[in-house]
Amino acid sequence: MIVYLLCFVLLLVGLYGVLTKRDLIKIILSIGILGYAVNLLLILFAYRKGSIYPILAKGKEVSQMVDPLPQALVLTSIVIELGTTAMLVALAIKLFEKYETFDITQIRRLKG
Amino acid sequence: MRQNDGMTLIVKTVTRISVWMILLYGIYIIFHGHLSPGGGFAGGVIIALAFLNVMLAYGRKFTSDWLNIGFLHDLESASATLFLVIGILGISIGGAFLANFITKGELFALLSAGTILPLNIIIGIKVGMSLFLVAWVLAGSKTVKGE
Amino acid sequence: MILPYYIIIPLLAAFLISLIAGKKDNWAVILSVIAVSALLILSLFSFISMKEETITYSMSAWSIPYGIVLVQDALTSFILVMVSIISFTSLIFSIQYIRHLSMDWKYYSLFMLLVTGMNGVIITGDFFNLYVFMEIALFSAFALVAYGSKAEEFEAAFKYAVMGSVSSFLILAGIAVTYSATSTLTMAKVAEVLPAVDKKVIFWIGGLFIAGFGLKAAAMPFHAWLPDAHSSAPAPISSMLSGVLIKALGIYVMLRIFYNVFNAPEVFMKIFLVLGTISIIVGVFLAIGQWDMKRLLAYHSISQIGYILLGMGIATPLGILGAIFHLFNHAIFKSLLFYNAGSVEMALGTRDLRKMGNLMKLLPTTSQTSLIASLSISGIPPFNGFFSKLIIIIAALQAGLPWYAVFAIIGSLLTLASFMKVQRYGFKGETVIDSSENKIGWRMNSAMITLAVLCILTSLMVVPGIKEVTLDPVVKVIADKTEYIQLVLGGMNGN
Repeated sequence: MIVYLLCFVLLLVGLYGVLTKRDLIKIILSIGILGYAVNLLLILFAYRKGSIYPILAKGKEVSQMVDPLPQALVLTSIVIELGTTAMLVALAIKLFEKYETFDITQIRRLKG
Repeated sequence: MRQNDGMTLIVKTVTRISVWMILLYGIYIIFHGHLSPGGGFAGGVIIALAFLNVMLAYGRKFTSDWLNIGFLHDLESASATLFLVIGILGISIGGAFLANFITKGELFALLSAGTILPLNIIIGIKVGMSLFLVAWVLAGSKTVKGE
Repeated sequence: MILPYYIIIPLLAAFLISLIAGKKDNWAVILSVIAVSALLILSLFSFISMKEETITYSMSAWSIPYGIVLVQDALTSFILVMVSIISFTSLIFSIQYIRHLSMDWKYYSLFMLLVTGMNGVIITGDFFNLYVFMEIALFSAFALVAYGSKAEEFEAAFKYAVMGSVSSFLILAGIAVTYSATSTLTMAKVAEVLPAVDKKVIFWIGGLFIAGFGLKAAAMPFHAWLPDAHSSAPAPISSMLSGVLIKALGIYVMLRIFYNVFNAPEVFMKIFLVLGTISIIVGVFLAIGQWDMKRLLAYHSISQIGYILLGMGIATPLGILGAIFHLFNHAIFKSLLFYNAGSVEMALGTRDLRKMGNLMKLLPTTSQTSLIASLSISGIPPFNGFFSKLIIIIAALQAGLPWYAVFAIIGSLLTLASFMKVQRYGFKGETVIDSSENKIGWRMNSAMITLAVLCILTSLMVVPGIKEVTLDPVVKVIADKTEYIQLVLGGMNGN
């Protein structure tokens, strides 16, 4: 139970960063943390005590392995996260070209 | 200016040797994707890192002379199209999108697991090229104030 | 089996465009028009031919507990038709509009990826697959919002990207909890297993999903990104985002999950009611004070999404009928209004209502169609918006929720007021403007006329006889709730 709680705390850390940080790069990093927390949650759900990694090789028994599906999901979600990060970094760089700053309090041409 | 010149002679020499090893390792990971951890994405990332190494050590100008960036771009689009073509072949031969239509082979052999191996290779090219191109484009932008 | 082609056609078009298009955009235009018209024909054909059937398709020929399943029923085809109509007209509208910004194939490639993502979200029957397609649609949406390369657009896109990523992670967490509770990701299987698991789990999943998909649909407390993103994007993209993206990614998925998978729990229906009503009132109040035309329209999207949520929350068959009918109508008139805004912006170089004037002479098609669209969105008979709003209000009264009906009526009156402002200042003002920066070509005009005609034609869908073949099968899919399980799993066993 404590592991899930810690995982939830990690998620909240990410959310806190997104909401309070003023630097674009720090916001991007916070989104990364949020993603790691969710990935960790998926891995934790798949874990069973005393099981081994789910890689089929000679002489390995399938019945002792952890659930491989969430691990596949995590791989996919890491790929998506890579895309998210690349997109956000590209936008941040473009914003820097326009405003010459990463501070969101100075990037305020849109109201509301 | 510094961006175009690359790093010192030591870094350049080490990179000249290590780049091929990194590339080879990436290819190994791609080809064993259906047998061991790794596969198209992981191998593709390693290939992209090999190219990025060259970019960091030798600078952008050398890299764009050495590699044909336009060709890499075409390769990326072509591999995505090829992926879909294999998927559509799955419809016409195997009966469903991306269905396996070549022999599954023997378990734990290198040439096994049907279409997974060709798909892994295609994904490897796609990921390697797109990741390198993303980093290439991002590295070309202005990130220093008042330049 | 035509199901995978909804994904293959636009995806293939996207990659072929990037492969063969040179510097010019001719090939990109041709390929994307071919792809989108193929999708339009395919979706119309399947909507007409299959009335109450449910077709399933196993990807890679793996059967249900292992593979990903695609499901097409009446609801799916209905939303697919909506997406195809709007993407077709948007593409026709884009050809001139985007050339005015830049001659580039990248726009068309991203546009096709956006269509791929939406079609994928609509057609999939698997939770994780839904997440992946949602991300495809979102990435292309982020890039397209920033397409104009102005500072405001990057700012809006960054805001949208941050909000979009946070909501996606909430959804992924919801999917993780779902998987741990039910050990499956296929929607029909989840629906089958869910009644047997602990009741508290549904609150966890439902809460995460409402937060995640509510952000995507821009219901009121989660709306902050929408006005920026939708008003900064190029006009055809605004119409895609406001017209279909928030519905495909937000409303449709919520309909599918909360009705077909969760069996419409009472609590969540109450939440929809409250969120919907708040969105109607606050959205329209924020809209009425705007002078930027596209920003005003974007705030109206929030308000109109509120009507759809209200209809969903009423949860009687009549309420659902109103919700899906309004979903379709809103896609049509809101896209049309964004085209109008786009063509005015292109002709005059401004979106500020105060700088517009009498445009009847200069842009006759734009002002006529904008009048039709304004009447539709304000709910004036005989245009489509009137009927769907009327159905939602009647449904609220029948379900014994008179206060919600009152709020819906107030919202509708305020909508009328704000569109009178648009017409008064924007198109029928005192100063006659007779010089323009750019000419509006026949393609843009024909896209606007098509949707204006549809504004009147779709109101025929409530006529008895047509209603039975168009809207009723869709309502049946939603109102039957977990009948979905038998339809999907039964169909699988038959294969």
